[in-house]
Amino acid sequence: MTKQKTGFGGKLLKALTYALLSLWGLAVLFPFYWMLLTSVKSYGAYSAEYIPKFFTLTPTLENYFKAFTTVPLGRYFGNTLLFTLVTTALMMAVITLSAFAFARLDFKGKHLLFAFFLALMMIPNELVIITNFVTITNLDLRNTFTGLILPSVTSVFYIYLLKEQFEQIPDELYYAAKVDGTSDFKYLFKVMLPICRPTVVTVCILKVIECWNSYVWPRLITDDPAHFLVSNGIQEIRENGFGREDIPAMMAAVVVISVPLIVLFLIFRKKIMAGVARGGTKG
Amino acid sequence: MKQNGKKAWLYLLPAIAFLGVFMVYPLLDVFVYSFEEGYNSASQSYFGVGLYNYSYVLHDPFFLQAVKNTFLLVIVTVPLSTGFALLISLGLHSVKKLQQLFQTIYFLPYVTNTLAVGLVFMILFKKTEYSAGLMNLLLGAFGMSPVDFIDGPYWAKLFVLCFYTVWIVLPFKILILTSALASVDQTYYDAAKVDGAGRWRVFSRITLPMISPMIFYLVITGFIGAFKAYSDAVALFGVNLNAAGMNTIVGYIYDMLYGDSGGYPSYASAAAVILFAVVLTITVINLTVSRKNTAK
Repeated sequence: MTKQKTGFGGKLLKALTYALLSLWGLAVLFPFYWMLLTSVKSYGAYSAEYIPKFFTLTPTLENYFKAFTTVPLGRYFGNTLLFTLVTTALMMAVITLSAFAFARLDFKGKHLLFAFFLALMMIPNELVIITNFVTITNLDLRNTFTGLILPSVTSVFYIYLLKEQFEQIPDELYYAAKVDGTSDFKYLFKVMLPICRPTVVTVCILKVIECWNSYVWPRLITDDPAHFLVSNGIQEIRENGFGREDIPAMMAAVVVISVPLIVLFLIFRKKIMAGVARGGTKG
Repeated sequence: MKQNGKKAWLYLLPAIAFLGVFMVYPLLDVFVYSFEEGYNSASQSYFGVGLYNYSYVLHDPFFLQAVKNTFLLVIVTVPLSTGFALLISLGLHSVKKLQQLFQTIYFLPYVTNTLAVGLVFMILFKKTEYSAGLMNLLLGAFGMSPVDFIDGPYWAKLFVLCFYTVWIVLPFKILILTSALASVDQTYYDAAKVDGAGRWRVFSRITLPMISPMIFYLVITGFIGAFKAYSDAVALFGVNLNAAGMNTIVGYIYDMLYGDSGGYPSYASAAAVILFAVVLTITVINLTVSRKNTAK
């Protein structure tokens, strides 16, 4: 008797659960669908719709053509790519060396220094960005890639993450390498990094996402469109790009900007989600 | 050992240099700035030391508007997004079919560019001469008259901002809560089943206490994140947030620093220090509350 009762209640609950999950799934996907749909509507067709249509029978790619020719979207794209790759590469070098020192080498004041590093994690970006802005301006580095990149090539959190991984590697390996006459530097690159590859890859991807989406610092440090990143580019397009009414062209630009990260996410889905669960913050 | 020590500092040199220049020095400097009165960025001189910058910021109507917006945003979105994330995570945890698919979809907003997708939200909610916009159409179906959510009344603008913020922060919360739920030891549930405990009893006596540290973690990071809201607002209302009346505290700091209203690093620093003090106070309160509750 009880079994039947829970059976019915369970079924109802299950149906409600699926309804809720689907509803939110729809709410997440809809903006993406809408931007894709709008981007393939022609300007004339879009403007003529008082009631927006949920599909189009005459898709066109002219907006994408416009996005790359009317505004320097290709340039924004290239800038962002360069910024992302260089920042990530430099950061990996800096954090690998520090993590190695903390995990493998012994020196006076190690624990104190590490505690100090951890304390730095609590400092919000908003507090230091003002002086950094003044520093970069005084160094005459505004509107340069150097100015864009320099403040974001260290991350205490990623040093911490990598150090934890490095410490998992058994000491015996290190001593064996020492007996063979391997230098510390070679040991780090030939043994430690390959062993910790999953973590290294995760850190790289998280940093790439962060770089691709960064907005505040680039906005402060660049006012010359030749050095805009995609976030600033899209804002520029919105304020005075195609003309405020040409929404389809704007949406084409939005699609172009969003696609690389979505593709990256679909390829590295498990890694990204595991990485964020371990220590990403947003929101 | 000594040789080793020198080498270690060499390995640490890049990180120490960068952190020193771009973290430690600015941290001290921001307090200095905030007390220097009448700072001139062209001549880099000032004529006094005191609390004038704080008093200026606290009496600036734009700052007060920004504080009001930010506090409303925090009060609305933190409980709403945490509660909703819990609901969805419980749902996700209870189903087997399509779980992976849902999880992937729910995470999408995390990897999208806030500025770019914000434009899509703007279009969905905006009312123009040509079209009432999709959201208004939907509201019209419920018999409501169209409202311009982007340039219209304050409550409407606040609503979109909250809606977009929740949309953006949910992926992270759902991810954290689903992994917390998955890590609860199955034997507790088996024991509860043997005792014949009902669904609600299982939830309130087992699930909730087991994942409560993670919920507190989300509330704390949620408060911190929401207090720092800025780019979501820019995405929806454009760069000139003061004109739209939708500025946030962080937006006020940046406006003071740069742009048409910029050039006042002292005011920006004072506002940043105030923001930091507020966030720190609330985080300490949160931590105290969570300690008490988890100790119980």
